[in-house]
Amino acid sequence: MTIAPPAADERVAARSSFRKLLGRPEIGALIGAIVLFVFFSLVADAFLRASSFSTVLYSSASMGIMAVSVSLLMIGGEFDLSAGVMVTSSALIASMFSYELTLNVWVGVVVSLVVTLALGFLNGLLYVRTGLPSFIVTLGTFFMLAGLNLGFTKLITHNVATPSIEDMDGFSQARAVFARDFTIGGVQVNISVLWWIVFVAIATWLLLRTRSGNWIFAVGGSAASARAVGVPVTRTKIALFMGVSFTAWFYGMHILFNFKSVQSGEGVGNEFFYIICAVVGGCLLTGGYGSAIGAAIGAFIWGMTSNGIVYAEWNPDWFKFFLGAMLLAATVVNLVVRRRAEAGK
Amino acid sequence: MKRKVIAAALAGLLALSACSSSGGKKADEQATKALNGSGGPRLKIAMVTHSAQGDAFWDIVQKGAQSASAKDNVQFLYAADPDGGKQAQLVQSYIDQHVDGLIVTLAKPDALKDVVAKAVAAKIPVVTINSGAEESAKFGALAHFGQDENIAGQAAGEQLNKAGIKKAVCLIHEQGNVGLEARCAGAKKTFSGQMQNLFVQGANMPQVKSAVTAKLQADKGIDGILALNAQIALTAVDAAKGSGSKAKVATFDMNKDLVTAIKDGRIQFAVDQQPYLQGYEAVDELWLYKRNGDILGGGQPVLTGPAIVDKSNADAVAPYADRGTR
Repeated sequence: MTIAPPAADERVAARSSFRKLLGRPEIGALIGAIVLFVFFSLVADAFLRASSFSTVLYSSASMGIMAVSVSLLMIGGEFDLSAGVMVTSSALIASMFSYELTLNVWVGVVVSLVVTLALGFLNGLLYVRTGLPSFIVTLGTFFMLAGLNLGFTKLITHNVATPSIEDMDGFSQARAVFARDFTIGGVQVNISVLWWIVFVAIATWLLLRTRSGNWIFAVGGSAASARAVGVPVTRTKIALFMGVSFTAWFYGMHILFNFKSVQSGEGVGNEFFYIICAVVGGCLLTGGYGSAIGAAIGAFIWGMTSNGIVYAEWNPDWFKFFLGAMLLAATVVNLVVRRRAEAGK
Repeated sequence: MKRKVIAAALAGLLALSACSSSGGKKADEQATKALNGSGGPRLKIAMVTHSAQGDAFWDIVQKGAQSASAKDNVQFLYAADPDGGKQAQLVQSYIDQHVDGLIVTLAKPDALKDVVAKAVAAKIPVVTINSGAEESAKFGALAHFGQDENIAGQAAGEQLNKAGIKKAVCLIHEQGNVGLEARCAGAKKTFSGQMQNLFVQGANMPQVKSAVTAKLQADKGIDGILALNAQIALTAVDAAKGSGSKAKVATFDMNKDLVTAIKDGRIQFAVDQQPYLQGYEAVDELWLYKRNGDILGGGQPVLTGPAIVDKSNADAVAPYADRGTR
């Protein structure tokens, strides 16, 4: 890949705002989301109620918080297959640390943050040092974490789930931060929805308005070229893995304080849902292209589909088929729109 | 000459009297000793289940098996894989190791049929637990310990009637699991109201919560929820509370938090299949068979449940649930 001289670069030529809009990574997902929304509004009576919308948003946030950092990582050209179980690891660490030592739960929360960030750092370091594809490195850490989750939980609690920490000091404050329900205009909303929106906003600002954002696009587009123009590739990639571990910690805390006890086997398979959300939202599997808002819309599509089927009272046996078909449709729309936009550039 | 003959005869007698290689009181004593569990060669018994990693239910089964093993001087080995083919491979590897007894779950009977036949051909006694009541004897297993899921479902349906529930939803947390479908079908059979199934993603609690909330929002008439596992039930309680529904929650299977929830009335009742018994009895049966040729159940499945836990007996069960054996 060569770097075009800046003066003759057609990529920076002015475009009409409509074309600009169509060229955004998230536009396909947005169209898909609108189509799905209209569709479920028509087939399911309960779908349009405000309380239902809140349920859909909660379900979306449960995927969306992780999809934010996973989409950044994918734009940076990498995968993290350990993201799903890392959520469980972080919840287990916080829960067992505070319970076994009978400490204020906030101590566990902080310890878990440190350990989980270290796990992300380790993922990044292993990737950078070995030069292996991140798919392989994190596949390894995925299995290792899944084993550690179960092994440590059984070793420490002699059960496969952690005991409830509901009655411990600091639980109610921590719950207020990570998992509280509150009422807006008569509708109950979980605080994780707000956090999700905050994370999406921060990630979008980071991507589009800061130098770090440019670095992320650059290392995903071509790491070698990025390095050649002075982008700190190693640091950026490690930071992206740590970003994933940060949201894994955050979401892990939500699970812990919402459900009080943690099953050590949970979280396996969710990593693919995060990746699906990011891809539906316009991230390329090859890196260098995508958006955090797109991943949020991807998560919203996921939330609408998984709950819309319930609202529509369809036979649940077909759930996975519907889910797969809708995700595929959204991605195809995405692809078509983007091709058209790029062709007309 | 005569002296020599007498001497030889005496020597022979002496030699004979020194030890009889079979029978006699000593052998009887040894057998009795072995029966009491304090002697005899150490047996190696392997259990292969269809459990996913870290499943709470199978953890209790293992605990039962381990305590029977400790009592019976058995070396207990355990392996599990939810995939039928892989489970069969695990069984095969224990046959290769020449274990003294095998405990197998037949959740996917067709996948395990051949390998169980191989074990029987290799003269390794096989006991089945949990699932496969129908196939157990056909495949040549000695005995089966488990709960008939349909009968357990029927018990749950009757309990729901007692609780005055009119419209219930049965939460299936593993798609395509025959046992779970049978529970819901059994409950539907005896339940006098209306019941429908809802699929929830068991490995993902926030999704379970939102799916149950969505269902309660979609159909305000639902006044009962039947969960098929303890953690799902506790999440369903949260969902019902969050959506302002008055639906009462009942469940299959138990854990510590669930017993507390029964005590304070958040959960109506639990249908317990006593997994501890399944593990314990399976090891004990193999040990009895090896020591005394005993077979439990007379060719019929031995039922370990349903045992209903509700407010009336929750206090009695609580300490056992606390240590993770109920």
